[in-house]
Amino acid sequence: MSGASGMIIIGAGECGVRAAFALREEGYGGPVTLIGAEPHLPYERPPLSKGAAAGAQKIIAGESRYDEAGITLRRATRVERIEANRRQVALSDGTTHAYDKLLIATGAQARRFPGMEAARTLRSLDDAEAILAAFRPGARLAVVGGGFIGLELAATARERHVDVTVIEAADRLMARIVPAALAAMFEARHRAEGVALLLSATVASVGEEGVVLADGRHVEADLVVAGVGAAPDTQLAEQAGLAVGDGILVDHRLQTADASIFAAGDCCNFPYRGGRVRLESWRCAQDQGTHAARAMLGADEAFSRTPWFWSDQYDLGLQVAGLPDPARPFIRRDLAGGALILFQLGDDGALLSASGAGPGNAVAKQISIAEKMIQRAVPVSAGQLADTGTNLKSLLKG
Amino acid sequence: MSEWIDACAVDDVEEEDLIRFDHEGRTFAIYRSHENAFYATDGLCTHEHVHLADGLVMDHIIECPKHNGRFDYRSGEARGAPACVKLKTYPVQVKSDRVLIDIA
Ligand SMILES: Cc1cc2nc3c(=O)[nH]c(=O)nc-3n(C[C@H](O)[C@H](O)[C@H](O)COP(=O)(O)OP(=O)(O)OC[C@H]3O[C@@H](n4cnc5c(N)ncnc54)[C@H](O)[C@@H]3O)c2cc1C
Ligand code: FES
Repeated sequence: MSGASGMIIIGAGECGVRAAFALREEGYGGPVTLIGAEPHLPYERPPLSKGAAAGAQKIIAGESRYDEAGITLRRATRVERIEANRRQVALSDGTTHAYDKLLIATGAQARRFPGMEAARTLRSLDDAEAILAAFRPGARLAVVGGGFIGLELAATARERHVDVTVIEAADRLMARIVPAALAAMFEARHRAEGVALLLSATVASVGEEGVVLADGRHVEADLVVAGVGAAPDTQLAEQAGLAVGDGILVDHRLQTADASIFAAGDCCNFPYRGGRVRLESWRCAQDQGTHAARAMLGADEAFSRTPWFWSDQYDLGLQVAGLPDPARPFIRRDLAGGALILFQLGDDGALLSASGAGPGNAVAKQISIAEKMIQRAVPVSAGQLADTGTNLKSLLKG
Repeated sequence: MSEWIDACAVDDVEEEDLIRFDHEGRTFAIYRSHENAFYATDGLCTHEHVHLADGLVMDHIIECPKHNGRFDYRSGEARGAPACVKLKTYPVQVKSDRVLIDIA
């Protein structure tokens, strides 16, 4: 065994980095080691698929900030094994390191379904660089999956004059979280920008020439990218005998069944409003990183921050606060300039979710207010939500 | 050297809110607090080039409309990820219902 024990964080993504800095902000003075498999200085993933800067690296923090904070950042180093009974981790360089507390922040990996093995996926900077390099005017891109990442990539490709076909198995876009009326706004925009959208279309296989659909149609393409979701990276946790469902199971403090091991970000499955969820959300990864750091130092609060998510396609901005429930009715609030917000009320008469889209940041202020109303369970009526004459901020102020 | 310029009328900004003010290729944000005091900062977030004017003001915090980075608009201090670089602030005075800022 080598190295002094202290806090070890596995995964130098948005969550792991935030946790490392939060340990210092909370006054922790012992060793903090952040171990990341990627060779790069930790970077933000959301810009990889978006607009003019897509494919460029936007770092989370400059190298000097890790030094100043006394955080040991090990890049291009993989944790091979957690030896929970000895409270140590074994690294790809052959060394082992003891910990007092361990945070698993291994994130998620892009999925591929059978038949799609030959498609590229977009999760890392290296993926983005390879994909964006093929975006030349007139090149043909096929995107499998009409979710956020695929659609952002489609928009970025159109902006670079690439021919784009999007193939989606459902009968509409972003069916997993986004209400139909908002998805329709994006569908119309993609079509207007010249994207060929094939809905209710299933992929049989992906090959050299492009995509073959289950109904026999061929989509010729120079590049095929699958954006069909991501699977939590739970391998280390499973090997260590920790409980794994859809993600590593943690309690309200983000602690696993092993009191020395915590999990946070895209890899974890946590309690939310009486149920359990796993999110793939940048802000949730940050919030949970901060929360896990405090919990590792002994804090007892429950993680309860309201989920918040955004996507940018062309100049359209989408924001979602809370978790929309497809089974509940939506209350519509139309804003100026074609922007639209759809609210949902919970059984308790408080706001459950708010989803909005419009040009630029047109819905940002209202979604931000809504997020705080959800967090604080502010009572509100359907009439108030629908009426643009009602100032929601004043309800928040009580 | 100071360079005071007339940014807007007092009534152009609602209480606990902000507006965007552009001047000679630069962009600023002018705030009116819930205590009716005026402040000014750079108009763009320090995380990405996003106009703060579409964001929400609560007490002394401006929340960026893009990714919710937060700043105290009185001092410019970053108060929440992903914002980590301070916003530049500018001196303000109110003279006969006009808001003046020193952009020097
Ligand atoms: C293209 C793209 C666009 C996105 N856009 C948005 C958006 O608009 N809005 C939004 O809210 N979210 C968006 N997201 C999601 C967001 O980026 C994630 O929710 C966030 O990155 C999760 O952070 P994380 O730290 O939990 O995981 P990750 O960022 O996945 O980081 C985990 C890290 O752990 C490393 N790791 C894994 N196993 C090991 C090991 N054994 N040893 C060492 N290191 C290991 C991985 O290499 C990785 O670097 C987007 C994601 C992508 C890919
Ligand atoms: S642009 Fe302001 S927080 Fe990202």
